Amino acid sequence: MLHLPPLPESTRLFLRDTGEMSRFIGRFFVEGLRPRYEVAEFIHQCFVIGYKSLPLIALTAFIIGLVLTMQLHPTMVFYGIEAQIPAMVGIAIIREIGPILTALIFAGKIGSSIGAELGSMKVTEQIDAMEVSGTNPFKYLVVTRTFAAMLTLPFLVIIADAISLYGSYLGVNIYENLSFHLFYEKILDYLFFMDILPAFIKTFFFGFAVGIIGCFKGYYSNKGTEGVGRSANSAVVVSSVAIFILDLIAVQVTDLL
Amino acid sequence: MKKQTDSAVAVIQIHDLCKSFGTNQVLDHFNLELHQGESLVVLGRSGSGKSVLIKCIIGLIEPDRGSVEVLGQNVKDLDHVGLDKMRTQVGFLFQSNALYDSMTVRENLEFPLRRHSINLSQEEVNKLVMEALESVGLEHTVDLMPAELSGGMRKRIALARTLILKPAIILYDEPTTGLDAITSLEIIALMKSINERYQTSSIIITHDMKCVQLAADRVAILIDGKCYAEGTYDTLRQSTDEKIHPFFQ
Repeated sequence: MLHLPPLPESTRLFLRDTGEMSRFIGRFFVEGLRPRYEVAEFIHQCFVIGYKSLPLIALTAFIIGLVLTMQLHPTMVFYGIEAQIPAMVGIAIIREIGPILTALIFAGKIGSSIGAELGSMKVTEQIDAMEVSGTNPFKYLVVTRTFAAMLTLPFLVIIADAISLYGSYLGVNIYENLSFHLFYEKILDYLFFMDILPAFIKTFFFGFAVGIIGCFKGYYSNKGTEGVGRSANSAVVVSSVAIFILDLIAVQVTDLL
Repeated sequence: MKKQTDSAVAVIQIHDLCKSFGTNQVLDHFNLELHQGESLVVLGRSGSGKSVLIKCIIGLIEPDRGSVEVLGQNVKDLDHVGLDKMRTQVGFLFQSNALYDSMTVRENLEFPLRRHSINLSQEEVNKLVMEALESVGLEHTVDLMPAELSGGMRKRIALARTLILKPAIILYDEPTTGLDAITSLEIIALMKSINERYQTSSIIITHDMKCVQLAADRVAILIDGKCYAEGTYDTLRQSTDEKIHPFFQ
């Protein structure tokens, strides 16, 4: 009989976490599709997760659009193609920088906040209290937050893209005099439907990853207040890595189309 | 003077309850009965499984073996709806109070009323909230957040939330832990007055001997996962058993 050496502790923990995460995702779909639907809490979470993230995402998007344009300008002038800046920045922002940057900021702000909130609820028995009060805590806390993250992130990305392009327009106008109309016309000349659609679709998956990972880390938080901090931290780290992996998959799928 | 309890009617019956976590056998063929109108204290060392026991009663933890009957219903046989219905009749005061941080005191108290699908008008809800707050003497805190309250006040609000559904049974998980001696005495007095006013039966999990002395009609001692001994405070205090004696020193 073949005797295999035992798996290292880190591998066993990784496999255990992966298994638990898969079961958690499965439960999310089962609970999410079955009534009773927590509509009021879902709307409240859309406000908390989406609307309250807007100022930070808008500011970052504006600065990125402006800085990207200013950094590109000398090189583009050197090659005599400064007229292509709007198209280049537009495609970069809409296809990649807008979705990925917004998702990463979203993971930092919302992933950590969900992880810490649910973790603290877990260690102070608020989740048990919810169950005793006739509420399915998984539906009330996990399903609503994950759906809210999934639904609000794409809209945040659209807003971030628009603000980022406006930042880029101001960046171009530091060096040249270009009308708003002409700037957007140049972008639209080079931008196709297949640039926009995959970028928009992948943001639903990014939102789902941030929501479900934040909830998973918080829901299974333990070891008191130390565990809450750890849940918040690992929610950000794991969801950021998940965003990059999903982005890589999205690029491969888009290339096949 | 201890009040009279109706020993003929058992509101909670626990038979051969077993629960283990990994290799740690927390409850090992545990048996106990709670009679109507009675205040039963379950005494045990930290980590002896007292909290696990009451979480099995309310259906938060599923036992490995044995049965828990609450008001004539076997908890294991209850579906989601049945469990919810049972929980409207059994209040649970959590050790950490478990007040929802993001809600005001009013919203905390309204939560069980709204979630248990009880059809009440806003006026009736307000009336019940104020009534529950009045019974713990904290009407003025109705619009405050839990973070704005002291430890003792939070315990009282948690008790008010437990009371709002007018349960027949209340389970108290370490009600005096983390409170100073004077506040502990106030909470014990409040628990006794609630039992008398609302005619509730209660199980109190504690290792606070002052609480045992003042609140218990009967005491059960949990040792090695079993109900090692039961009796009145005075009877057990006089015991010379080497496992019981240290609790009363």
